Amino acid sequence: MKNKFIYIALAMAAFTSCEPEFNDPIDESGFYTQGEADLSNYVALGNSLTSGYTDGALYLDAQMSSYPNIMAEKFAMAGGGAFTQPLVNDNLGGLLLGGQQIADTRLVLNFDENGNPFPTRLAGTPTTEITNAPEGPFNNMGVPGAKSFHLVTPGYGNVAGIGTTANPYFARMASSAEATVLGDALAQQPTFFSLWIGNNDVLSYAASGGIGTDQTGNLDPSSYGSNDITDPNVFGAVTSEIINNMSANGAKGVVINIPDVTLAPFFRTVPNNALVLSAELAGQLTGFFQAVAGITTQGLIQQGVDPATAQALASQYAITFNEGPNRWIIDVPVSQTNPLGFRQMTEEELVLLTVDQAALASGYGSVVLTPEVLQVLGKLQQGMEITAEEGALVIGAVSGLDDQDALDNDEIAAVNQARAAYNSTLSALAAQNDLVLMDVESLFTRIAEMGYDYGSGSVTTDFGTGGAFSLDGIHFTPRGYAIVAHEIIEAINEGYNASIPGVNPGDYPTVFIQ
Amino acid sequence: MAMAISYAGGFRVALQGQRALAMGHTGVAVVNNAETAFFNPAGMSFLEEKFTASFGANAIFSNIVFQNEAFGYSTAADNPLSTPFSLYGSYKINEKLSLGIAVYTPYGSSVEYPENWEGSHLVQDISLRAIFFQPTISYKISDKLSIGAGPIYVSGSVNFSRNLDRATTNTEGERLGVTIDQKGIGAWGYNAGVMFKANEKLTLGLNYRSEIVMEARGGDADFRNVPTFLQGQFADGTFDADLPLPAELSVGTSYQINDQWMVAFDYNRVFWNSYDALDVIFSNGLESINPRNYKDASSYRFGFQYKANETFTLRGGYYFDESPVQEGYFAPETPRNDSNNFTAGLSVQLSERFALDASFLYIHFSEIDASYDYYLENGVAAPFGGTYKNNAFIPGIGITYSL
Repeated sequence: MKNKFIYIALAMAAFTSCEPEFNDPIDESGFYTQGEADLSNYVALGNSLTSGYTDGALYLDAQMSSYPNIMAEKFAMAGGGAFTQPLVNDNLGGLLLGGQQIADTRLVLNFDENGNPFPTRLAGTPTTEITNAPEGPFNNMGVPGAKSFHLVTPGYGNVAGIGTTANPYFARMASSAEATVLGDALAQQPTFFSLWIGNNDVLSYAASGGIGTDQTGNLDPSSYGSNDITDPNVFGAVTSEIINNMSANGAKGVVINIPDVTLAPFFRTVPNNALVLSAELAGQLTGFFQAVAGITTQGLIQQGVDPATAQALASQYAITFNEGPNRWIIDVPVSQTNPLGFRQMTEEELVLLTVDQAALASGYGSVVLTPEVLQVLGKLQQGMEITAEEGALVIGAVSGLDDQDALDNDEIAAVNQARAAYNSTLSALAAQNDLVLMDVESLFTRIAEMGYDYGSGSVTTDFGTGGAFSLDGIHFTPRGYAIVAHEIIEAINEGYNASIPGVNPGDYPTVFIQ
Repeated sequence: MAMAISYAGGFRVALQGQRALAMGHTGVAVVNNAETAFFNPAGMSFLEEKFTASFGANAIFSNIVFQNEAFGYSTAADNPLSTPFSLYGSYKINEKLSLGIAVYTPYGSSVEYPENWEGSHLVQDISLRAIFFQPTISYKISDKLSIGAGPIYVSGSVNFSRNLDRATTNTEGERLGVTIDQKGIGAWGYNAGVMFKANEKLTLGLNYRSEIVMEARGGDADFRNVPTFLQGQFADGTFDADLPLPAELSVGTSYQINDQWMVAFDYNRVFWNSYDALDVIFSNGLESINPRNYKDASSYRFGFQYKANETFTLRGGYYFDESPVQEGYFAPETPRNDSNNFTAGLSVQLSERFALDASFLYIHFSEIDASYDYYLENGVAAPFGGTYKNNAFIPGIGITYSL
């Protein structure tokens, strides 16, 4: 009898293990191929975009959806090996240094009492302590905040230098205090690599409204401020060093170029003409600026400027406002040609997402009309004389957007000029070293202009709702990163005659609701 | 409780008797034992015994594998073992009239995919059960012609779990999902047949089982991993849904070649056309609209019986089972295409009263490239598909008692 039970058990085991077999099973080795590439040890170099940073933070699930990690999952089906990342501790985001919080938690959508969504930091105390670093090395060497030259700067991972010369994210990864990102990457002897660096070399300038300096011509990056534009020759030297070293042993790889960062929702969400006025208010503002022009003319004449010149100079302040949307007023440096130091924004200029919306609603970006100012305007309307102090009060009521809240034409030009130089360097380096060039610049522009249709849905660059960009307005959502991963895989397949499976962006989330 | 998996097209489970199953699940014109109460109630009054009863159960080992070449998806379902059963009894009141009872499970499904698999927005796991209780009466009009019929009471249950879309999670990364559950759903139908013995050898039969709609009303709807600010939208509550168990028409014939050999042919038509959609209406205002658009489907069955001696009877059979699923409607909860089915079995007469009946069914599905194209996400169709391949091994055992 006992034997019979054994037979029955064996038969049952046999049935359950009789899984049907496909004619062409995709999980059989050789189904997908790596072509001329060797994906067995893939190392990714880059900045926050490479780390998986999203919603203004680095957190666990975000790291799992970093484009290198998504790619590595697909690589694994075509000969790729294990892929490690410097995983943080939680899904809250944020960092601690010696118990002190030094990086914010992630942004999530909250809703006000009227049901309107707004981004807010997820409440809680971060648990990722910089000094409690995980065991390396890591295949994903993406360091949030890194600029090109940081990858070759010793001490960038020195915990003691955090806040000045070092980066807390690299401090978690660095093999020693003096290690470089490049050195730690090379030590892993990668057979395949990706490099996406240079965004921050222009982005930190752009995202701070151009308060930094365009360092083009200054070849010493150690003298740069954090919001400066990196000199294209410095960028060229650094990226040559990285690429030459990474490919020295014949490793193949992909070089990813720099998109037009100003297309990100961070720069495109608050319109430059969001000053929406009623006919009455428009008339009032037009009258106000006529008064400003008049007062300025008088003032200039009193300073000895001839009346015709004074009138011509002051006429720039007689700004006309119309019912409906009007462009904001921004502050510019005081100059001979613009003695009051403000003007109306032009068509291509950008307002940053971080501008104080409440302030905009109460006159910031146009005029703060106090009762005192209105009183002076009343006097002027009645043809009464006003004092110099009263004139100054009127001019002082003009409240242009500060430099840090807007990106003007010169600043946009500086960003684009540097970026174009970086991209031609990257193209040349990719070509010289038989590397695949991933043209994210075109991809990014395409998404911004017409969205990206992945067959079962689509994304746009609209803030909060578009699906491509996270709640920080600069970094991709996991779905956005999935699109990047898919496009890179396509480029690798074409460039190296590989057949790595693609990525379905619909499987990845966008923004998160608390 | 019995549970069954979808083994004929759709979620029809053709395992209604060990002897019939061993013969390709033919039986509309076969008078063998009390199993005829299901296959053709008219056959009961042709049974020779004063009283006969049969009980049997099957163990279903089913496998589904799925892959998608474009994205590298590769998944194997982890279907739980299920054990549908049947119980039949037939009692001869007199030469003309017989009464009987039939309890069986002709519909059901039990599919379980790995958690959060690529198609989890369509189905994570599903368990459908429906037990049919059928008191039956059969009347012999003449030595050649009999009729039989019985009302059916069905007691059903459904448990279905899926994620609400392909990607939404709470801030902990847990997928937003829903489970609906209702037990004890009752419904009524009937089963009726006519049998004609043309001569000593040739028997003809016709049987019709009515459609029965399982109406789930006020079942539990449990939403999981809902973000704090979406609690209102995805509030737990109840659900309503209708699931039709379609009507089935069978015609068949059997031929007793000699004392030892008998062959049987059946044709089944299952009226799946009534399974238009699986729409779930939630008490919180949400609706889940899932077109199915099944078409009527046929099975072609062949079986034989060889009575080797007084102790052993051997059986074998084959049937071709057409899938009711139309192109573009291939949903992973019932990923079935046309199948070839091979059956075998035997009876051992243990004593004058008791016989042991054993059967075995192997179901072979060819691999198929198919997709479900009617899932919408934010109003945009998000087709889900790839290559599916299934098989199933179903041993069964039963006992027949004769007085």
